[in-house]
Amino acid sequence: MSVFTSGGFWAFVGVVAGIYTILALGIQLQFGFTGLLNFGQVAFMAIGAYTMAILVVKEGWSMWLAAPLGVAAATAASLLLGLSSLRLRADYFAIVTIAFSEIVRYVATNENALTGGSQGTIALGEVGKAAQYNDQWERFQARVQGWLHVSSSDVAMLVIVWSVAVVLLALVWLAVRTPWGRVLRAIREDEDAAASLGKNVFAYKLQVLALGSAFGGIAGLFYAWQFSFFSPADFQPLLTFFAWMIVILGGLGRVWSVPVGSLVFGFLFAGTRFLDFAPLSYLDSAERAYLRLIVIGLVIIGLVLLRPQGILGRREEMVLE
Amino acid sequence: MFWQLVANGLVTGSVIAIAAVGVSIVYGILRLINFAYGDFMAFGALAAYAFNGPLGIPLVPAVLIAMILTAALSVGLDFVLWRPLRARRAGFMSLFLASIGLALVLRQALLFGYGPQPQQYRVDPYKVYVLGSVRLSEAQFVSIIAAAAVIVTLGLFLSRTTLGRTMRALADDRELAAIAGVNVARVITYTWILSGLLAGVAGVLAALVQTTFDPNFGFTLLLPIFAAVVLGGIGSAYGALAGGLLLGIAMELSTWPSFFGGVDPVYKPVVAFVLLAAALMVRPQGLLGRARVV
Repeated sequence: MSVFTSGGFWAFVGVVAGIYTILALGIQLQFGFTGLLNFGQVAFMAIGAYTMAILVVKEGWSMWLAAPLGVAAATAASLLLGLSSLRLRADYFAIVTIAFSEIVRYVATNENALTGGSQGTIALGEVGKAAQYNDQWERFQARVQGWLHVSSSDVAMLVIVWSVAVVLLALVWLAVRTPWGRVLRAIREDEDAAASLGKNVFAYKLQVLALGSAFGGIAGLFYAWQFSFFSPADFQPLLTFFAWMIVILGGLGRVWSVPVGSLVFGFLFAGTRFLDFAPLSYLDSAERAYLRLIVIGLVIIGLVLLRPQGILGRREEMVLE
Repeated sequence: MFWQLVANGLVTGSVIAIAAVGVSIVYGILRLINFAYGDFMAFGALAAYAFNGPLGIPLVPAVLIAMILTAALSVGLDFVLWRPLRARRAGFMSLFLASIGLALVLRQALLFGYGPQPQQYRVDPYKVYVLGSVRLSEAQFVSIIAAAAVIVTLGLFLSRTTLGRTMRALADDRELAAIAGVNVARVITYTWILSGLLAGVAGVLAALVQTTFDPNFGFTLLLPIFAAVVLGGIGSAYGALAGGLLLGIAMELSTWPSFFGGVDPVYKPVVAFVLLAAALMVRPQGLLGRARVV
């Protein structure tokens, strides 16, 4: 149980929760405020992370240039997806987005020359040499650690991730209070009514899709930096569902419910890792991993059944229908 | 080469088609995209394996038992999960998310029970049937015959029996069917049974075709199945059948070298989606779906 008391472990849980906050904020904006069903969020994470890593390793770019380009690539991909399929009915669009995220993963798995294939980023460079994309990031992280006078680099990462998350949360909080944000809510409540008032519903949806995907790209960058290695297996659709669960757990149609949801999810997910008392101690680690995901599945079902507005959600604002 | 690919396509396509009907009838009647359907199929495949593998029961009775078990699971979940959600008048989103949660629970439970190692049925991997220029393995041969039998039975059931017609009527317009005196609750139960039976048989056939399978394999099948459902027009049973066969053949033919050098076989599922996207641009309501004026 000593792991529970170690600061490093909880800093790690906090970093992961911060990354999930950024990822899920995109879904909150798209679904909670606009009613868009994006079930392919993990694809934008993958595009952001891969674009950055490929530019750094293969093209020798500075990470500070490659990172914004990763976010730009994720946004551009979402625009392509949106232009071609955003006019479809909501349920068709949901299926198309899952399909899109699987296609991205297929390409990442099979285009060895571009992405390193299923071996992941370690195979990005020359054969027989483990490729690294985050030297610059680690130097930056060490400098932040120096400024903050903290002993652990995990704490520095925690501060960086949550600073970015809070800035993005504040931006969304402000944005949904503008006339632009009110149009989004109008689209969520009644698309045709919004259109009849002369609002270009398609354009608004496209903007929201692009913005949420940019958040996905940013989450992908932090994911890449935190784990200093990734492979296509890291971008399973499961991650998108985790993000959805966070949004619903926290509450729909509210901004600050997203960090609450991801912290609860983070503790649930990481905390259950250490349930090793009897009878659970008789199971091996793989079996316990299955059990944890069963618990998460049951929590999703339970929420849908028992508390469709989430922890912080207001019934009058939005209830999961 | 061409005819070999068509034959392979028929094998893949008929499995997708059977599963697509199972997804489509449930969607048509309950407006529920069953994200757990791939895991229903994995459940069926592993149930059949439990009887065929360790116990050595011949494949045909093992499949029948697996179908019954999958149908029992399917209808049991209706009682404990979907019925309470219907009572709460849960909408599309709730149902979809609940099915995602269910998919997680089912898949992890199967992994818990069977472990991640690949399984295999007791079929002779070296036996080959030759028909002209086409060579089929025993598994493919069995699948193509079984799939043809299921598809014909299913077609007759949907078009000739009262229950089949009632299901289609309900999928078409639930209120109208209810006014016409259809016992909606009972038909929903039968729909889950049929959907489960189809998941069971489709799961075993899919497992046979790809020779080895593990509890995760249902999810990889799900996306081509969804593509077939959407291509055929969500909720249209015949559309799902046609969509599945079409996609299966298209996926296999895309690897034909004479066709622009052929697509790398690993991208077959991508072909299904590109085709779907192209088809939706032309016909947003799907092949056999009816355009709805909103």
